[in-house]
Amino acid sequence: MSKITFPARFEYLDEIRDLVAQIAREGGFTEKEVYSLQLAADEAASNIIEHAYEGIADASIDITCDMQDDTLVITMRDTGKSFEPSKVKQPNLNAGLSERQIGGLGVYLMRKLMDEVSYESNSTTGNLLTMTKRRG
Amino acid sequence: MEITTQEFKHCDLFKVKGRVDSATAPDFSKALEKANKDGRFKLVVDMSDLEYMSSAGFRALLATQRNCKRYNRGELVLVGVPERIREALELAGFTELFKTFDDTIAAVGSF
Repeated sequence: MSKITFPARFEYLDEIRDLVAQIAREGGFTEKEVYSLQLAADEAASNIIEHAYEGIADASIDITCDMQDDTLVITMRDTGKSFEPSKVKQPNLNAGLSERQIGGLGVYLMRKLMDEVSYESNSTTGNLLTMTKRRG
Repeated sequence: MEITTQEFKHCDLFKVKGRVDSATAPDFSKALEKANKDGRFKLVVDMSDLEYMSSAGFRALLATQRNCKRYNRGELVLVGVPERIREALELAGFTELFKTFDDTIAAVGSF
């Protein structure tokens, strides 16, 4: 399993999406699935940069992205503020324009796009987000 | 991301190309906000050359739609939404908040 360390900056989202797309295509995912995986990875990394690190300039995210049989497993480790995705309020998708809340949409999309999303927080090793999606 | 603006008599047309994510969404927002600041609230966003949009882009669209629709002074409509982006907008429950058109002539003509 190879680990790549990305600077925790929005300019690197392109590279994170490219990495996920490459592994997913090699793993036989369809283009529709590749887009979903890129979007989920982008939302996850964006949340880490925006909320866990809150704009700390020299922070980084360790990412692994591997096929395990027919499943793509993406992990992201950060050492920022812990954040519990399950505690994020689900956005009300039936709310009208004026009541619609945008917060929590990234986490909601991650959960919808992936089969499983889990999160562990540890005071010494940091926060570990694991997302999986099976092919087909 | 690249954004070009064209002013028509009744509305403004924005053509957005490339990718809108957390890195580029602030520029996308700024272009839309500038139109609002100039008193223009009837906006057409042509997404036909857009490859990718994350929730950061959805947030910009939502904020602008709220501002445009206030006091019934206008509306933001979408043109040529690529399939993958439409699927993500649907997943986010956003499709009902925006009128969508297949071509810019129909969209511009709707105002």
